[in-house]
Amino acid sequence: MSIFVDENTKVVYQGLTGSQGRFYGLRNRDYGTRVVAGTNPKKAGTDVDGIPVYADVADAVAATGATASCIFIPAPGVKSAVMEAVAGGITFIVVITEGVPAQDEAWFFNEVRNNHPEVRILGPNCPGIISPGKANIGITSGDIALAPIEGKPSVGIVSRSGTLTYQALYELKLQGIGVTTCVGIGGDPVPGTSFIDCLEAFEADAETKAVMMIGEIGGSAEEEAAEFIATKMTKPVSSYIAGVTAPPGKKMGHAGAIVSGGKGTAAAKMDALRAAGVKVGHNPTEAGELMVEIIKGL
Amino acid sequence: MDLFEYQGKQFFAEYGIAVSPGEAVETVDDAVAAADRLGYPVVVKAQVHVGGRGKAGGVKLASNTAEAREHAGNILGLDIKGHVVKHLWIEKASDIAEEYYASFTLDRSAKKHLGMLSAQGGVEIETVAETDPDAIAKIWVDPSVGLDEATIRAWVAAAKLNPDATEGAVELLGKLYTAFTEGDADLCEVNPMILTPEGRVHALDAKVSLDNNASFRHDWDAYDATQSRDEREQAAHDKGLQYVGLDGEVGVIANGAGLAMSTVDIVNQVGGRPANFLDIGGGANAEVMAGALEVINNDPKVKSIFINIFGGITKGEEVANGIVTALGRVTIDSPIVIRLDGTNAEEGRAILGRHESDMLISKPTMLEAARAAVELAK
Repeated sequence: MSIFVDENTKVVYQGLTGSQGRFYGLRNRDYGTRVVAGTNPKKAGTDVDGIPVYADVADAVAATGATASCIFIPAPGVKSAVMEAVAGGITFIVVITEGVPAQDEAWFFNEVRNNHPEVRILGPNCPGIISPGKANIGITSGDIALAPIEGKPSVGIVSRSGTLTYQALYELKLQGIGVTTCVGIGGDPVPGTSFIDCLEAFEADAETKAVMMIGEIGGSAEEEAAEFIATKMTKPVSSYIAGVTAPPGKKMGHAGAIVSGGKGTAAAKMDALRAAGVKVGHNPTEAGELMVEIIKGL
Repeated sequence: MDLFEYQGKQFFAEYGIAVSPGEAVETVDDAVAAADRLGYPVVVKAQVHVGGRGKAGGVKLASNTAEAREHAGNILGLDIKGHVVKHLWIEKASDIAEEYYASFTLDRSAKKHLGMLSAQGGVEIETVAETDPDAIAKIWVDPSVGLDEATIRAWVAAAKLNPDATEGAVELLGKLYTAFTEGDADLCEVNPMILTPEGRVHALDAKVSLDNNASFRHDWDAYDATQSRDEREQAAHDKGLQYVGLDGEVGVIANGAGLAMSTVDIVNQVGGRPANFLDIGGGANAEVMAGALEVINNDPKVKSIFINIFGGITKGEEVANGIVTALGRVTIDSPIVIRLDGTNAEEGRAILGRHESDMLISKPTMLEAARAAVELAK
């Protein structure tokens, strides 16, 4: 099985008519994702390479039965795009857009959690989610992901960083290890989906035998994940944390990746994970090799 | 983006928060003129993006023109923890009855706004948190609900401020929350927030950090213009590159923030010292690559360059062609080691292979590439 999305998930692309939305929407469809609709209030009734465009998400849902959405709207419009998806009845919202103001994401995260607990947001500022062989929603290249192999144990991936997510997928592919689902939760201060949400889902998924977790400096999400792994998880985990040598007070690319007030260091995160029984690699390749050891020991 | 104190006070004033009158200046003559206009005594305050300026001699009281001139002369150009003072804030001195602490920030674990208020102001809040944690009254505010006056009133009561300060504090904190949310700040800190002998409450200091992602809905050009960046950081900023200057000899270029951090880490792991963090984003096209190489090449400390690219959607051969084109545009002084991996990495490496020399070396893994780059920097 996969988590959150599979071959039956119908997805509406908010921003399908824009250059990014069109490029990735069509790529995702080529991969096999059920890309059933796009939205654009000014282009309702038209289509993008055969994908019908509706005025808003509610119309798209009514016409197609979509349950997921993927947002490629520029940052200033993300807050209203998320609420439009919620109002339209979407229950899984993937926000690819980077540069969303922290006040906006803190607002819509809480608004949705309070009033629409059935809705899950992934991102903002994330590469999306891929269940190899089934569905790819977002900007990950399907070529670098290996689908689960019959009779061999498969692994789940959860990552805070974009290119390191790809690196993790690729390392496992090189090792011949299939992936049930790879979730990029994004590097922003208020991610809609956390490490723990994904770990919980992987723990409950019978096909996923182990989990690879890629973290980075800043915040305390990795420490909280370590606590969860120690107390609630039975499946083995390998991990890598980026930013060991990041200087305090300097943002390293992601809004969330900053060591401030001596908190959020890579060393503290690695210690917490090791204490929880996680195998921690010094680089992504080593984390992949550690996963090979884990798989052998299953 | 961190603001100087005087900018933080301008920012506060936009939201109606009471601050002391003052003027921002850059020369001794202007400082004296400002002090004369404001009326003595005044406080001459160094404007730097770093704490501890008082201990470093960056804050002085002046009771007349001569003292204003002397202090301004001493503080301008002063080096405070590596930050050279270029701006002064000349402020009308305030009579202080009591000093408090107040701030709003985002609690990333709780995913809510965190307000902190303490009757122990004027000192580092981290110190108070360690020595007397009960002296800090905390509230968590749901951003989708907001903060009402009754909640602020209860919060002020919990912090046990002087009852004379209650009304003024409730008003200031309400405005501070508005400034924090509507002003798109990551941090709004007032330390100290003071109670004057006349019973008024106002912000004596202002520490504000703004969320760069929200700049599209504000006019922050004046704030941005005074950001202290070193030459390398400014050049990268002008090209729209994500760059952080470090102290080593191995220049680093990678696509994606996580991979760039990881690259800096691995250079360290094999015994080298990275010169920078540079993220060129997902695409890695020729133009962006050329810009990145220019920035790195202008850093005189760089002795070798490590380009670490993972091809996803952008295929290996496109990345390789981009690098070759970029190298044709910029003359590079240091040898380059490239690690290209991901989609169609083989094709990409074949293209790089045709251009290989002592100055352009291709390695298949991050570890081997890091070792080669570090060796070349020795």
